[in-house]
Amino acid sequence: MTEQVDHRVAAPGRSNLDPAVLAGAESFARTWATAVIGSSYVPMTRAEVAEHLQALTEVLVHALHASPFRTAPGYEIGARLVEAHFTGTDTLGRTVQLLGDDLLGELGIQPDELMRSRLAALQGALAAGYARALRERTLAEQEAIRAAVLDARDQAEAALRASEARFRAMFTEAAIGIGIADIEGRILDVNQALQDMLGFSVEEMRQYNIRDLMHPEDGGSVWRLYDQLTAGECDHYRAEKRFRRADGEQVWTHLTLSLVRDDHGDPQYQVAMIEDVTDRHLLQNRLRYQALHDPLTGLPNRALFLERLGRVFNNRARHRAGLCYLDLDGFKVINDSLGHDIGDQLLVEVGRRLDHSVSGEGKLVARMGGDEFVILVEGSQDTQDIVDVADRVLRELESPIRIGGHELTVSASIGIVERALSGTTAADLMRDADITLYWAKADGKSRWALYNPERNAKEVARFTLSATMPAALERDEFYVDYQPLVRLEDSTVVGVEALVRWQHPEFGRLAPDRFIELAEETGLIVPLGRWVLRRACEQARRWLEEFGDSAPFVSVNLAVRQSRDPELVRDVKRILDECSLPPHHLQLELTESAIMGTADEPLEALRALSEMGVRIAIDDFGTGYSNLAYLKHLPVHELKIAGSFMEGLRAADEEDAVDVQIVSTLVQLAHALQLGVTAEGVETPSQAKRLHRIGCDTGQGWFFAKPMKPEEIDELLRR
Amino acid sequence: MDSVERPTWAPGDIDLARPSIARVYDYWLGGAHNFAVDRAVADKVLTDVPIIKSIVLNHRAFLRRAVRFMLSRGIRQFLDLGSGIPTVGNVHEIAQATDPSARVVYVDVDAVAVAHGRAILTGNELVNVLQTDVRDAKQVLSSPEVQGLLDFDEPIGVLMIALLHFVPDAEDPCGIVADYRDVLPGGSYLAISHAGFEEGEWDPAWDEAKSVYNRGVSEMCFRSKREVEVMFDGFELVEPGVARLPLWRPESPEDVDPDAAHFISFGGVGRKA
Repeated sequence: MTEQVDHRVAAPGRSNLDPAVLAGAESFARTWATAVIGSSYVPMTRAEVAEHLQALTEVLVHALHASPFRTAPGYEIGARLVEAHFTGTDTLGRTVQLLGDDLLGELGIQPDELMRSRLAALQGALAAGYARALRERTLAEQEAIRAAVLDARDQAEAALRASEARFRAMFTEAAIGIGIADIEGRILDVNQALQDMLGFSVEEMRQYNIRDLMHPEDGGSVWRLYDQLTAGECDHYRAEKRFRRADGEQVWTHLTLSLVRDDHGDPQYQVAMIEDVTDRHLLQNRLRYQALHDPLTGLPNRALFLERLGRVFNNRARHRAGLCYLDLDGFKVINDSLGHDIGDQLLVEVGRRLDHSVSGEGKLVARMGGDEFVILVEGSQDTQDIVDVADRVLRELESPIRIGGHELTVSASIGIVERALSGTTAADLMRDADITLYWAKADGKSRWALYNPERNAKEVARFTLSATMPAALERDEFYVDYQPLVRLEDSTVVGVEALVRWQHPEFGRLAPDRFIELAEETGLIVPLGRWVLRRACEQARRWLEEFGDSAPFVSVNLAVRQSRDPELVRDVKRILDECSLPPHHLQLELTESAIMGTADEPLEALRALSEMGVRIAIDDFGTGYSNLAYLKHLPVHELKIAGSFMEGLRAADEEDAVDVQIVSTLVQLAHALQLGVTAEGVETPSQAKRLHRIGCDTGQGWFFAKPMKPEEIDELLRR
Repeated sequence: MDSVERPTWAPGDIDLARPSIARVYDYWLGGAHNFAVDRAVADKVLTDVPIIKSIVLNHRAFLRRAVRFMLSRGIRQFLDLGSGIPTVGNVHEIAQATDPSARVVYVDVDAVAVAHGRAILTGNELVNVLQTDVRDAKQVLSSPEVQGLLDFDEPIGVLMIALLHFVPDAEDPCGIVADYRDVLPGGSYLAISHAGFEEGEWDPAWDEAKSVYNRGVSEMCFRSKREVEVMFDGFELVEPGVARLPLWRPESPEDVDPDAAHFISFGGVGRKA
């Protein structure tokens, strides 16, 4: 940018010029303008250019006529053309040519020798002035642009220096450790943070190769990725890595390694950014410890136990393992009566004793929650190993625990599972230990129980049966078989015992011993018994219709629970009514304990039934503890002697005198009380004969008939 | 123009082995602020396309006319984007000839051009020179050079002379214009001059020159009148709208050559409502 200059030269004595000359000058200036416009950029309008050139033309006119003649104005015009930025060299050529060709003519000047020579002199001066001014301008501009280049470079370098200083400051002052190494791993520079972190100076670090910083605990991926990076296969990676400090301590770090490539893209440097995460790491360890340990006892918790157990199964380094699943007996009582604080202290002491009695590699004591503890033994030789552990634990708990003035005696129940790892899972092991613990409790507490697959299978089956029984009743899976009760005197069938069976879709035909006890436990015995009663009464009615007076009575077993059912009498009466069965065609069998051990109400019910005409029999007589004195006051009509007494009467050639004596005594007793006697379990002709001889009234057993379908009873009766 | 990816504090490239647009233009305008490498390219193009000189002069003349037009509409502050080497007839010279208190900010990415401008303008407190890539409107507008001198409560004259034909479509020239437009106060003016032609006007003889220029200096994007008009989105074009450069408010009938109607550049001035 040039200085603001008024390029238009004020024509000296312009008014002095002859109007005709002035018009000529004006005309010439226009031609001149047309000739030079476009040869270079001048910041003027065409009119301004023409005006500017007219002023210069007028200077020329004066110069031509000046006395004395001087060439200086020509020189000045040349300079002023350059000054106005007529810098295109065409400008000069066209100008000089135009002056020679047109000027004198346009101005009406006679082209004589003098004027020609004056004009030529002015042309020369103009050219010289132009050349000199252009040269000066060019040099000045060249100088200016070179100066600008230098300035720009200075600034660029200053910026570069500033940026380098900034980078250097960033590198030096960064709180994160930064290290630079060449592609062979030679360490070139490390910043202060990294020196502080590792405890080595720059000089010491420069002695190292990156590979010298390998830590034995490094994950394999750290160095695999490193090889990929230095090979140029990846540009950066992150890893958790440990370093050994100069003082031997360990530093946990978060490492980011980046590859720096040269202009050709080839690996050139590697830059490591290393953040000290030791504190975070230790915190994580502490948090992990807290997450995996029981805060009360300090023992491993359920999570850690399960993790360890899972590892045992994953590693399979050992072939066998065992578990003691332990639960304190009566802990709830202690907790409730002495308070949670005492309870907690008790748990702490128990935990301590467990930990103390079970120590060593491959053994883990964990608190599962509440008063449940578990002991894991990895690599057991056999079950005895775990039994020894359980014995030791039970012994350890024997001595009283003194807490806050209380002397507490605790015991524990332990479920033991020990087995080979193959073919089982951690979940199986846990579940079986839990079941076994329940057995130990059920078997009387303060003991251990050993897992037993048969017992488990049985329990599973029991569970399955009890769970499916209600639906089975609805689906009519039960049915009733009848076993004849035979009068010994003439072998007449006088009655039949109704025996319930379960046609189970999965387990097949089930005898009552498989499910009656379960039904008693679940309470389903009441509806089941009622169903059997109704079915038997319906059948008895049919027999009554077909066989009239010779029809047998039905003897139906009454479970303990049924005998205590307040609805019993009403149920029996309704069923008898609905079946139109005379009451004396029904006999109810109860066990000794059901009758003897009962309070008044059931007895009242039996009396009511007896008064109604229903026969009452005592089943399995002689196996329980009958109050014989009481017996005569009971509403009983029949005693059924248990089959076990028949054993001594079985053989054909000789008899067991004691058994014979017992049976005959029982028969005498019954008869003395005016009760009938039925012998159960009669299996041989000898037994039948002897019983008859002894005076027994009725017999029941395979010798006479097995339990059978009602139709088969029909045939028997028809014979 | 790779400084967009570069941090702002990083130095620009000062590579005298490469021609610069600013110095090539200076040479065509008759200046000597250039080097052999610039002149070699400039002469080569000039040989193949003699009209280039006329084009360059016309853009420069359009600048003068546009500034004078804006002055006549009361504009007293100017933002000259892509100002190049300040040869002669610069915005502040034109403006301050009318009003000595007129203010101008020159912006160019060329470090040498800016250094030269700063050297010459030392002491002129009404003129600032900023070295930034003008495509980054945010950085230009937030610079102390602009913020310290221009008053955004008053209309501003924005000049994009022979600038946008160096911005390919991929870099969204309309978006760049819009970035400036959005912060301009109402009543501001925008002048654009742009190399271009309508379909069928391209002379295959220019191919060589174009490729020389593209390779040696900078990629040229010729655009049609319509494409230039679109750049004025948000502005009301003043008469005669976007026109062939010599036909935009010529100062005299003689300035309009017979072939002006096919001149390969367009220009226009718009006013933000």
